[in-house]
Amino acid sequence: MAEMMFWEAVRRAHDEEMARDPMVICMGEDIGVAGGTYKATRGLFDKYGPERVIDTPISENSFSGLAIGAAFCGVRPIVEIMSVNFAWLATDQIINTAAKVRYMSGGQLEAPVVFRSPGGTAHQLGAQHSARMEKVFMGIAGLRVVTPSNPKQAYGLLKSAVRCNDPVFINEHELMYNMKGEVPDEEFFHPLEGSEVARPGRDITLFGYNISVHWCLQAADILSKQHGIEAEVVDLYSLNPLDRAGIAASVSKTHRALIAEEAEAPVGVGSEVMAIINEECFFELDAPPVRVSAVNVPIPYNHTLEKAAIPNAKDVVAAVLKMFGK
Amino acid sequence: MIAAEKKRLLRKMLFARRFEERCYEAYVERKIGGFLHLYPGQEACAIGVMAAARPGHDYVITGYRDHVHAIECGSDPKEVMAELYGKETGSSKGRGGSMHIFDAKHRFMGGYALVGGPFPLAAGMAKGIKMRGGDEIAICFLGDAANNQGTFHETMNMASVWQLPVLFVCENNLYGIGTAIERSTAELDQYKRVCGYNMAAACTDGQDIEQVIQAATTAVDHVRSGKGPYFLELKTYRYRGHSMSDAGSYRTKEEQELWAKRDPINLLRDRLIEEKEMTLADFEALDKELMAEIENEIIPFAENSPEPKVEDLEKYVLAEHCPYAKGEAH
Repeated sequence: MAEMMFWEAVRRAHDEEMARDPMVICMGEDIGVAGGTYKATRGLFDKYGPERVIDTPISENSFSGLAIGAAFCGVRPIVEIMSVNFAWLATDQIINTAAKVRYMSGGQLEAPVVFRSPGGTAHQLGAQHSARMEKVFMGIAGLRVVTPSNPKQAYGLLKSAVRCNDPVFINEHELMYNMKGEVPDEEFFHPLEGSEVARPGRDITLFGYNISVHWCLQAADILSKQHGIEAEVVDLYSLNPLDRAGIAASVSKTHRALIAEEAEAPVGVGSEVMAIINEECFFELDAPPVRVSAVNVPIPYNHTLEKAAIPNAKDVVAAVLKMFGK
Repeated sequence: MIAAEKKRLLRKMLFARRFEERCYEAYVERKIGGFLHLYPGQEACAIGVMAAARPGHDYVITGYRDHVHAIECGSDPKEVMAELYGKETGSSKGRGGSMHIFDAKHRFMGGYALVGGPFPLAAGMAKGIKMRGGDEIAICFLGDAANNQGTFHETMNMASVWQLPVLFVCENNLYGIGTAIERSTAELDQYKRVCGYNMAAACTDGQDIEQVIQAATTAVDHVRSGKGPYFLELKTYRYRGHSMSDAGSYRTKEEQELWAKRDPINLLRDRLIEEKEMTLADFEALDKELMAEIENEIIPFAENSPEPKVEDLEKYVLAEHCPYAKGEAH
């Protein structure tokens, strides 16, 4: 078990899959000669050459479509969309083609393409570089959506996504590439579906995904040490499909639920998890579930306003204490 | 071109015409639902280009006016008609419909309904061909209006930068849905629009199949021999509206009559008659034979085929079994 940074884990998964299968390629803006904005493909250009590590023009929709067409002919592309904000431009090809082609061809064609993209609110990047798009992609039939919260998941989910015959969107976070974590030395494949109990507890379930898992873990620590509340933290690394059984199992144990999401509340992970709780285990609840979400605004540039728009561990703690009447 | 080959092409074009006209009737009878985009007037384009290519070997992709392209790749017309009827025996098992005919075994990689969407898919198929080292080419058939999408410019650029084995065929029928090309497009000659992408391009009469084949042969040879992508514009005309909901009221009678005089089937028929290779009676007999085939074999197959089962509604959303989804892979 070696400790490595998130970007190193992503890079390792690329490298292993490209070494194994000559039809695995990666493509995106600045990923080759420049090594990738977040270093996720560093060194691969020298190792695998320009035919397999492709610096694309700034044409997100068409290079995404090009990857899908290549996949029709046996290529296994890993597409990096430099910032998830640019994926808005590629939604036509990702949603209209990749997600639908198996269905509308009656199972004849498939688009085994991995789309990886960093998103989230980083440091004062402004409204057009701070999007959280997972809510858009997770509602699309035919498209798997996963979102790693640590280097081990980043490695194992990418490994599985490359081998999976469905299109997979991997939602990464701009602030997490230098996060360190343990990754097994031996090759492994993280399941693309399910959820993971990141910390067991009995009094309330805190649901998070990607960066909000860390707010939940910090909050659980504070709640335990300072308030005697033992929170369970569930990591929803798969957003499509969501783990209905895992969500219901945890809430049936703790009888309370909070969902922490970096995105704005309307039509998001939180609203979907709440719907699942209602449908699966409503009578297990001791209190109405709550969401801790971003304020519904375009993300401002100003540092203070930006911080005010995005929730954090303290907001999670405050919401839990309110629920417990403390 | 020898007479037998001309007769083969005439038969194909006439079949395509009658097939599409029969679709129109079936649509009026409400046997076919959704949107239906028909091909009469443009037959020499798909049939001519595919005569110069290798059907079933080369990868072909197009937009939503796709029935004839699928048939020219080798699709069974019965399966195409059954798809329009929404049947389980259809090309796409009734899940696609008129705009989404697919036939992977004949390398017809589909009809797509977002204008301009297939451009990058075609370039991607060419990338796959190049990586595997095969001698296939990718062929993308789209209309002139698709060239006003961003995907046109983005894809021409990438195909040229990476020298991909892809042939773009532009069937310029002068209208983008119901808007005339001169009202929507700054450059009327579509082949000139790829100059900025450093790509080989040509333009020819899309109504004369012999000219189409000649131009397409040059284009196909260029692409197959590894010289990079090629853009071929064919000037053509569709007789019907954009789809069934469009009566075509935006076009003058004079314009339609002018194009009717250059009908691709009549042009070739008259040439064969002039060369004494065929009589008008021969042509009429052929027409009857093809209509009978459609009526007696194709329509009954579509009519009598089973519907897809409702319990299969969620089939084909994701891969049937993925060991990487549930942690079964080690």
